[in-house]
Amino acid sequence: MSTSTSVVGASPADGLPDHPAFLWRNPAPKPSYDVVIVGGGGHGLATAYYLAKNHGITNVAVLEKGWLAGGNMARNTTIIRSNYLWDESSGIYEHSLKLWEGLEEDLDYPILFSQRGVLNLAHGLQDVRDSRRRVYANQLNGIDAEWLEPEDVAKVCPIVNISPDIRYPVLGATYQPRAGIAKHDYVAWGFARRADEYGIDLIQNCEVTGLDVAGDRVVGVQTTRGRIAAGKVALSAAGHSSVLAGMAGLRLPIQSHPLQALVSELLEPVHPTVVMSNAVHVYVSQAHKGELVMGAGIDSYNGYGQRGAFHIIERQMSAALELFPVFARAHLLRTWAGIVDVTPDASPIVGLTPVDGLYLNCGWGTGGFKATPGVGWCFAHTVAHDEPHPYNAPFTLDRFTTGALVDEHGAAGVAH
Amino acid sequence: MQLIPCPWCGDREEAEFHYGGQAHVAYPDDPHGLSDAQWAQFVFFRDNPKGPFAERWMHAAGCRRWFNAVRDTATHDLLAVYRTGQQPPQSIAPSTGQDQAQVATA
Ligand SMILES: Cc1cc2nc3c(=O)[nH]c(=O)nc-3n(C[C@H](O)[C@H](O)[C@H](O)COP(=O)(O)OP(=O)(O)OC[C@H]3O[C@@H](n4cnc5c(N)ncnc54)[C@H](O)[C@@H]3O)c2cc1C
Ligand SMILES: [Zn+2]
Repeated sequence: MSTSTSVVGASPADGLPDHPAFLWRNPAPKPSYDVVIVGGGGHGLATAYYLAKNHGITNVAVLEKGWLAGGNMARNTTIIRSNYLWDESSGIYEHSLKLWEGLEEDLDYPILFSQRGVLNLAHGLQDVRDSRRRVYANQLNGIDAEWLEPEDVAKVCPIVNISPDIRYPVLGATYQPRAGIAKHDYVAWGFARRADEYGIDLIQNCEVTGLDVAGDRVVGVQTTRGRIAAGKVALSAAGHSSVLAGMAGLRLPIQSHPLQALVSELLEPVHPTVVMSNAVHVYVSQAHKGELVMGAGIDSYNGYGQRGAFHIIERQMSAALELFPVFARAHLLRTWAGIVDVTPDASPIVGLTPVDGLYLNCGWGTGGFKATPGVGWCFAHTVAHDEPHPYNAPFTLDRFTTGALVDEHGAAGVAH
Repeated sequence: MQLIPCPWCGDREEAEFHYGGQAHVAYPDDPHGLSDAQWAQFVFFRDNPKGPFAERWMHAAGCRRWFNAVRDTATHDLLAVYRTGQQPPQSIAPSTGQDQAQVATA
């Protein structure tokens, strides 16, 4: 029997250290706010933070139907990079990457941002041409990008199989040294804590069920916790964007799909960088804790169920094994899915809507984690000034009518 | 793995099928008369409801025929399958994602 030194009648908790400080309050919704942000994922939380920090707007609520970052924010594979093809994309993704580089200090919160570089492998001649073209485009935009021959790929990541006799041999890779990963839930908590410090209400278990529109203007939201009046409403609902936009009668060029990812058990450090392959369709990194983190492409059908099919995982594993034979004995620990909002040109929609006071941030599909600080910054600007920031100005809803698409299928071809 | 009931072959594994997106999207009757906005709707915009959705599938590794299905996108339940050219059963009304609009703004 253990001998206890505790005094009879005292609570067993008395011997324990104090609960660490809570990162945010859990306030009840107020009847009215200047700005209501719908969706407490990374984008919604970052938008709240920059509304306060950059624009002094603090009478703000973030409404989240579940728990903060319970959507794609804490389900993604955390790849951060800015090596997209077009000038428009370079603008917003590179703005974001620059913010990532100072984010830990700015939020005063550890986010395990690690600039370990990203390799995008090329496996065919056209792949090589497209990749080199992207490298040159990146360089013209001042973004760090290099073309690596197979031997140099192996110098960056020795466990990649560069032998010429595999089904899809590695013919080279683009390399962005400043790219990397971060710990997604910490990022969300860092933004949430800061937003809360500014007095912004983060309200969980509060699902928006309707948008109140009077004339041409949005005036409030209906929620499972009652009606809330709003001067402006900023939608940041990722996979559910079509459902929310539909509440204001808006139709979006978006299809929602399951996107799966998985982790292995914890392993010794073996994978020093991030490797992505469009052609064999897998991307792999190793988290700080030691799990191999892998993702692939979307499940083909529309789905809101946050789960996908097992054959997608099987294909992803066979692709990973061809590229990394050393993983043959690793065990798969967990798989999961998020719901991603896919647009026809693989670029986001961030800006104004035909309804006054209603703003849209969606369509980031499989690749919006990297944009978290950048889009938070630009979307806050859009909401504050009722006018897009120059970096999100090209990403209008209107471009599907004018034809000014920003086709990033090449750079975003694999989901990430 | 999810089983999908092909109207010709019966239940087969999902991996045998190819997805074709929203069903019943007809080519415009008068293509020359369409505005840019109308073309945009035809080319880029599809319904994206959370709930019953009428969609096309092709039994790629089987009979290779196209057919239609009503599937609940939230639960992934296949509520009905029917042949190309037919309309979905009246009893299952596929939602377009637009009907919430009337409710919400009413
Ligand atoms: C498996 C997977 C891997 C990925 N890998 C990468 C990657 O490596 N790199 C990268 O850059 N991106 C990646 N992504 C994409 C990235 O996760 C998303 O683009 C990004 O997280 C979307 O922004 P968010 O964080 O605000 O979304 P979310 O976290 O999904 O936030 C949206 C929130 O809105 C809430 N919501 C929805 N409807 C309502 C309502 N009616 N009322 C109130 N709240 C509502 C949801 O509950 C959710 O919390 C990946 C995604 C997935 C699923
Ligand atoms: Zn068949």
